[in-house]
Amino acid sequence: MLALFTRDLKLAFRSGGGFGLALAFFLIVVMFVPFGVGSDLTLLARIAPGILWIGALLACLLSLDRIFQLDHEDGTLDVLATSPLPLSGITAAKATAHWVTTGLPLTLAAIPLGYLLNLPEPAYIWLFASLAIGTPALSFIGAFGAAVTVGIKRGGLLLSLLVLPLYIPTLIFGAVSVTKSVDGLNPLPSLILLAGLTLFSVVLMPFASALALKANLN
Amino acid sequence: MSFWEYANPVKFMGLSGRLIPVLSVLTALCLAVGILWGFFGTPDDYKQGSTVKIIFLHVPSAMIAINAWIMMMITSLVWLIRRHHVSALAAKAAAPIGLTMTLIALGTGAIWGKPMWGTYWAWDPRLTSFMILAVFYLGYIALWNAIEDTDVAADLTSILCMVGSVFALLSRYAVNFWNQGLHQGASLSLDKEEHVDNAFYFPLLVCIAGFVLLFVILVLIRTRTEIRLRRAASLQARNT
Repeated sequence: MLALFTRDLKLAFRSGGGFGLALAFFLIVVMFVPFGVGSDLTLLARIAPGILWIGALLACLLSLDRIFQLDHEDGTLDVLATSPLPLSGITAAKATAHWVTTGLPLTLAAIPLGYLLNLPEPAYIWLFASLAIGTPALSFIGAFGAAVTVGIKRGGLLLSLLVLPLYIPTLIFGAVSVTKSVDGLNPLPSLILLAGLTLFSVVLMPFASALALKANLN
Repeated sequence: MSFWEYANPVKFMGLSGRLIPVLSVLTALCLAVGILWGFFGTPDDYKQGSTVKIIFLHVPSAMIAINAWIMMMITSLVWLIRRHHVSALAAKAAAPIGLTMTLIALGTGAIWGKPMWGTYWAWDPRLTSFMILAVFYLGYIALWNAIEDTDVAADLTSILCMVGSVFALLSRYAVNFWNQGLHQGASLSLDKEEHVDNAFYFPLLVCIAGFVLLFVILVLIRTRTEIRLRRAASLQARNT
């Protein structure tokens, strides 16, 4: 499982593109917001938590199809499926690798991007915390969507349609916790619910993904 | 005689063929009585005027919209556990009906909302969770259409339905957390704590019965169509 995890990490870093793409996408989305709504700093500060969360979520979505697609095409996935490792373990390892290469950099990048959007001072720590806690859920839920659509040619758009509704609770809890900290309210309750959601996804989604993979590999 | 006998497509076709005419008459009766009674036999509300009568379409369609998903959840589970094809096809057949009911509920709500709340749409938890429900239906239907192999499609959509149910429920309560409501409380309840007046209650019950029956016969008809499609496809495969 560890070997698979490090292999996925190496592939993501070395094959170029895949790793930096999500970050570049995140930067562009955040850059586009002032173009769309104007550069009024108070307005930007108001909508910054939502924009940062939606941007990170979309950037995460962008790289989901890489989790299984390439391995499915060259047959690696079939080899992995016949290995002694359970399928749920494989999906967990791959989702974790996806988080390290996507969720973690996005979390770190969100801080300077928050500054660009004039995010108020007290919100930074909560932005960082909510993204650090919430992005694993995005990766594990996304891996399920990727597992469902792995056999479909040009399934990218379908993947978004399937995964985005599943992201709604994560987005709500994550964005609400940052917004509350901006408004001077207590962001802890939504952060705790977000943590619960992440734990739930990390524990249970690999099994659902494994079921979907099994159906696709037969 | 066990319930599972009707997992056999031949038996299912036989029974549903006999049931549909009877149920159709009952449905037409319930809907005609319920809607006519509701629209013309009930008084205007003292505050809402005659707009209150949209309740006879809004509440039943919203109930079916939610319960159609629950029915899909159960039939998907039956497919995953017992692998009865009729069950998977029934889930497939119910999805577009559920989506339509969701849209009817949203549409009638918007028509009522304009004169009453002064807006067609508000980001109220109930309205929002219905929009989310519609998106879940869309994803489910799109997945059925995207996969060629019918067994794989049934597997994957069933799994999606299970996972989607959990997340739809989570979203339902997450939106409560996110925004305060404008929508009134439940119109119906079993313990009569919170309730519409009897003048509206009885025609509403007839309407709900009509909608449930309508849902049942639509699902039966669509499942029969799916079974016939399968048969036609297998005949075609045999001939070539």
